[in-house]
Amino acid sequence: MKLVRPILAALALSLVSTAPALAQRTDLVLGVVLEPPHLDPTAGAAAAIDEIVYANVFEGLTRIGPAGEVQPALAESWEISDDGKVYTFKLHEGVKFHDGSDFDAEDVKFSLDRARAEDSTNAQKMLFAQIDTVEVVDPATVRVTLKQPQGSFLYNMGWGDAVIVAEETAEANKDNPVGTGPFKFDNWARGSSVTISKNPDYWGEPAMLEKAEFRFIPDVAASVPALLSEDVHAFPNMQAGDALAQIEADPRFEVVIGSTEGETILSINNGKPPFDDLKVRQAISYALNREEIIAGNGSGLGTPIGSHFSPANDAYVDLTGAYPHDPEKAKELLKEAGHETIEATLKLPPPAYAREGGQVIASQLRNVGINLELIPLEWADWLEQVFTNKDYDLSIVSHTEPNDIEIYSRPDYYFQYQNPEFNAVIEELDVTSDEAKRKELYGKAQQILSDDAVVGFLFQLPKIGVWDARLEGLWENSPVQANDLTKVRWTE
Amino acid sequence: MIAFLLRRAGIGLLTLVLASIVVFSVMEILPGDPARLMLGMNATPEAVESLRNQMGLNQPVPIRYLDWIGGLLVGDFGRSYTYSSPVIDLIAERASVSLPLALISLALSTAIAIPVGLFAASRRGRVSDTLSMGAAQVGVAIPNFWFALILVYVFAVWLRLLPAGGFPGWGGGIWPGVRALVLPSVALALPQAAILARVTRSALLEVLGEDYIRTARAKGMPRRIVLWRHALRNAMIPVLTIMGLQFAFLLAGTIIIENVFYLPGLGRLIFQAITQRDLIVVEGVVILLVATIVLINILVDVAYAIVDPRLRAR
Repeated sequence: MKLVRPILAALALSLVSTAPALAQRTDLVLGVVLEPPHLDPTAGAAAAIDEIVYANVFEGLTRIGPAGEVQPALAESWEISDDGKVYTFKLHEGVKFHDGSDFDAEDVKFSLDRARAEDSTNAQKMLFAQIDTVEVVDPATVRVTLKQPQGSFLYNMGWGDAVIVAEETAEANKDNPVGTGPFKFDNWARGSSVTISKNPDYWGEPAMLEKAEFRFIPDVAASVPALLSEDVHAFPNMQAGDALAQIEADPRFEVVIGSTEGETILSINNGKPPFDDLKVRQAISYALNREEIIAGNGSGLGTPIGSHFSPANDAYVDLTGAYPHDPEKAKELLKEAGHETIEATLKLPPPAYAREGGQVIASQLRNVGINLELIPLEWADWLEQVFTNKDYDLSIVSHTEPNDIEIYSRPDYYFQYQNPEFNAVIEELDVTSDEAKRKELYGKAQQILSDDAVVGFLFQLPKIGVWDARLEGLWENSPVQANDLTKVRWTE
Repeated sequence: MIAFLLRRAGIGLLTLVLASIVVFSVMEILPGDPARLMLGMNATPEAVESLRNQMGLNQPVPIRYLDWIGGLLVGDFGRSYTYSSPVIDLIAERASVSLPLALISLALSTAIAIPVGLFAASRRGRVSDTLSMGAAQVGVAIPNFWFALILVYVFAVWLRLLPAGGFPGWGGGIWPGVRALVLPSVALALPQAAILARVTRSALLEVLGEDYIRTARAKGMPRRIVLWRHALRNAMIPVLTIMGLQFAFLLAGTIIIENVFYLPGLGRLIFQAITQRDLIVVEGVVILLVATIVLINILVDVAYAIVDPRLRAR
């Protein structure tokens, strides 16, 4: 965190000192690490999809803003009934899809019904689980009735998985996305890039860029020269490795370290002895030294966390002091639990935070008598062995979905953790809309997870934004996995 | 010659069938569910099951193998799970980068290697021979990705003459496409040229020791003519073999260079498809590559027969 302030100050200064020029550039090349499998955010979990189309090409009833707040989007306003079950959305009028057809209440009904249908392949189907009926009142009004009040409903409708699509084009969106956003899809050169261009008929505030290209650069060694040669103007989330210092020193570029929604944790299989014993799990928490783990996570950046919650969120409670690094205490707890030493496996997915961080963690746990065998896995293998079959002792992974503390209440989730008290808090959260009350409940949930030492809470994954110093309007943090270009412009 | 070709074609076909079984089985054994991979950690089991059904993954393995082979026979490679577009289109798109890249690299490496090999062989033991073979040794030893990075820093970052990477496609004309392939093909060609130059030199030296070379020299034929007309032609067999192998490597084995220059080539397609468990794409690309390599081997055999008429009789 020490880095953040000077960088922000530098950013602010550069914004003040740049005078507006006459002939502004209106094209932008963005470097992204992963190519999406397709471009339909309602049919896949890949963050790479939302990183291109969210807010740019597709819009939902609501949208998530740069600070993680809910903003109106296609719904101009809404009314909520007193019992919290009926949401009446007033839609913007005169909105057109990119193919020229009109957007109206029927499209909203179609999109929501499609996402929650039995044969739906929506990756976040639970966002729609509380919807009972969707009715078209008139072309500009939609009424959504919930099975029970849901505090997060408006937030849920802002996810990329809840964007509004037209019935005629829904099936073809994977290759040729047709939305209502300020940019329309131009071209996808597979393996190379996706190009979008300004939608001249946009209903809202028009985009300031004429054209934007998302270029896929998977290799760290390739992204640095691409930036230095100015082939690419911005990497919203750069894997810069050791080159970051060099880029920071170059006045042509701006480096902005922000936060993601990725809680990086040492997952523990709570259903498997000896990890079903609270004392063993607490021993692990005491054995961990977060400073060292962050230093060895591949980028050296990240904010320590003490529970499963983003420090950027208003409802965050700092619990990093709950288990200070104390190997002696850890050994004591292990002894109380009846173990001299424990032999276990640590299964590691591909990202650097896991592969490199795993070695640091293994050496810290060895110090207290827990000997780990490191097993590197590919993603597909990890999802099968660890996530689906729960065949693991420990693992390291970043949970990147926003606001996802509820995963600890899911039956059969891969942590195999069950605590009725925690589930009660989550259930209450689900039906609470009052902000102060929600904040309190979120605090309670964080505390329970920390008390139970469910997993080893490590750090919030950083967002390392690097871009041309003449650009403004790119997001500093990523409250949702998106590269919202609607406010991006060149200052000279 | 006809019988020879038929026999080669028969062996090639058998290779293809075996390869299809191997690649299909390997992809089946590989752990990981493509549907779960696409929908991610938050998806409900029902959504995953629904996608598995859509993708046809719930059918028994032998049925899927026969479906696939049946499709191949009529030229249908199937549809990619992840990209949801026809596999053949994906391959064609990637081949439009990989094929020109491989051809340019091969041409470049041949254009460098043959003259260097000739030069070194004709000056065997002299300082110039030692120097050129020393340079070739360095060329073999340098990792091509490291060389590629040096090229990028010099020509893209520093001199700004060429793009640091990426591929604009052939839609905007030939020139932008070729420009994008210059640095990668140089990076690929140089180590290949080094190997080829060494092979050329040693093959020539062997030939130069033969009696007919001495006879040609003795009857007063100039050195240069002897070297080009008699020696080089007879030394071509090992050189052609290596070139065939190199071309096969250049087509699909260039993933590291493709990554450094983020080129959308076949190597990266196959790598992505494996990590995403896009079984049908992996199977399609591999089988097509096997077919290409079988074909190259047949062509190399034919080339042997052209340079050495004695082989035609066999």
